[in-house]
Amino acid sequence: MLDNLSLLAQAPVLNIQLLLDGLFIGATFALAAYGLALVWGVMNVKNLCQGDMVILGGFITVTLAHNGIHPIFGLPVAIVALFVYGWIVYRLIICRVIERDLFTSLLATFGLAIVMAQSMNLIFGPEVTTADSGFETRTLFDGLVTVAEIKVVSLLLAATLATIVIVFMKRSRMGQAIRATAQDARAARVMGIDTDRVYQFTYALNAAICGAAGCLISMIWTIQPFFGITHSIRAFVIVTAAGFGNLFGVILAGFGLGFAEQYSGFVLGAQFQQATVVGLLVIVLVVRQIQQARHRRAVI
Amino acid sequence: MSKSVKAGLLYACILILGIGAPLLFPDYTFQLALLWIMILFALTWDIAGGQMGYNSLGNILFFGAGMYICALTQVGLYYDIGAYTAASGAIKVDYTPQQYFTGLILGIALAAVGCVVLAAIFGRIVFGLRGPYFAIGTLGVALASAELIGTWGYVGAGGGISLPVYPGDPDARAMLFYGLCALAATGTFLFLRWLYGTSFGLALNAIRDDEEKAEAMGIHTTRYKTVAWAISGFFLGIVGAVFGNMTGFIEPLEVAFPTTTFGIFMVLMVLLGGKGTLWGPVIGAVLFHIVKEVTWTYLLGWQWITLGALIIVNVIFFQQGIVGWMREKWPERFGLVVDRRATISSQEES
Repeated sequence: MLDNLSLLAQAPVLNIQLLLDGLFIGATFALAAYGLALVWGVMNVKNLCQGDMVILGGFITVTLAHNGIHPIFGLPVAIVALFVYGWIVYRLIICRVIERDLFTSLLATFGLAIVMAQSMNLIFGPEVTTADSGFETRTLFDGLVTVAEIKVVSLLLAATLATIVIVFMKRSRMGQAIRATAQDARAARVMGIDTDRVYQFTYALNAAICGAAGCLISMIWTIQPFFGITHSIRAFVIVTAAGFGNLFGVILAGFGLGFAEQYSGFVLGAQFQQATVVGLLVIVLVVRQIQQARHRRAVI
Repeated sequence: MSKSVKAGLLYACILILGIGAPLLFPDYTFQLALLWIMILFALTWDIAGGQMGYNSLGNILFFGAGMYICALTQVGLYYDIGAYTAASGAIKVDYTPQQYFTGLILGIALAAVGCVVLAAIFGRIVFGLRGPYFAIGTLGVALASAELIGTWGYVGAGGGISLPVYPGDPDARAMLFYGLCALAATGTFLFLRWLYGTSFGLALNAIRDDEEKAEAMGIHTTRYKTVAWAISGFFLGIVGAVFGNMTGFIEPLEVAFPTTTFGIFMVLMVLLGGKGTLWGPVIGAVLFHIVKEVTWTYLLGWQWITLGALIIVNVIFFQQGIVGWMREKWPERFGLVVDRRATISSQEES
């Protein structure tokens, strides 16, 4: 561990590699986390199958890539397919738990996460796969830093998608309705907004965002049916750290998590990457709790 | 017949079934022992989840911790742990019965105490969290501990530890561990039956109903919550230690901290039976174990999907559980009806 640290000190250029990789992967984390922040903030549903939706999007892309369709063209397919999927899931399950207590939605989506992960295991097999984009890998700094072109493309795509979603939320009628419902669902109903439709659209939109994130992840990283839970936890870490009204915070926390994972993977060893995610979750929750306790004391 | 006579008859029936079942069906001793473990899981989860309203997803932490504490004690009494785990099974331990039982008893005791300490420590971390944050936080703690044990070379990392071999014949071994499981589960049940009748039980229910008001009434909520969790930890630690010895080999992800299997089964069994009741977890555990064994046998490959679907349906349509449903249906005859159901389901278990 200390060897790796001193290696970083001796060759600062390796930091650039880690930061770049953290940036590329963090962008996809931020995308999935934004979806979670949306359903959490608007519908108060803790969607524990978030990560499995990401993986499903990835598998759609990989399957298309095996059939000769370039992964980038898999992106719109994954988005549309997951949008429809989210719509169906809402009608079947989510609309029944939305008015119930908090643990219900958590447990129902956890059950769904198990069903999804196992179904994907049966359909796509348990192998770790990736969608090959066929792009080149560039080297910088005399070969010390490698950058795959697809990672840059994926970062740009993630930024484009995020911009589209933000503009949609700010400008469109549906975006306004979603924000109004998030602020006060009852008032929104009084104003003539069909909140059930808003919830349905929000959940489907979240699924679509997850599908997009999964497509990008399958291009720049690896996917496997049981990786979903880690992606869910990542999204929870990011949203809990940032708070859900805070879009800028979500993006920042997403990149932060990307960096943290890259660094811990390099310094402590790759087997610690999972432990880092869950460890960070516990730390973030503890910090939040201390803040809340202070807040409670201040209120009293 | 008066109520107390009926209750006495019921307990006598269960006692006879408990002792008779492994003698009648010696091939299923492991399965039956697992059934007792499931009952204990459900009962301990219900302390915090049902009676106190704190839905934990990470109680499996104590199961694994107890298992590891016990294993390390058993090995560490007579060998060097680091060398033993590094050899990964190459060192064959040969214990005399006296050595073995000293290690086992000491290991179980330390596991129970260690888990109480762990509950006190982690209670400080997680009990400030409310609602869903608590569930996610406990899930995080359980997953993190599995990952950390999996990377800790001294305790065997992902490769696990094999436990000392029982000095005696396999049938006696099976009966011994069956007896320990049955004893632990029965002990938990009787303890909880007493506990829920005390003012401590009332305080837990008060926390569930309204934590702020309970605090305002002078209940020291954090202390009560931590003690309740420590009670779960105590019994889970014991059963974890026993289960580790029963399987003979432990490793972090599948045996010690199976968050997505046993960890979820706990919640599901309680929801199925009815949370916040004494008999609900027992009924839920028995029914669930039967359903699980049937699906694992006849729907292999699909068993997990069935399980996930069961969770969804249970949570959405039948959250009050069997006992909760009966309480709604026949509130005036409640105690009597529960007893009858429990007898039926414990007859099914044989």
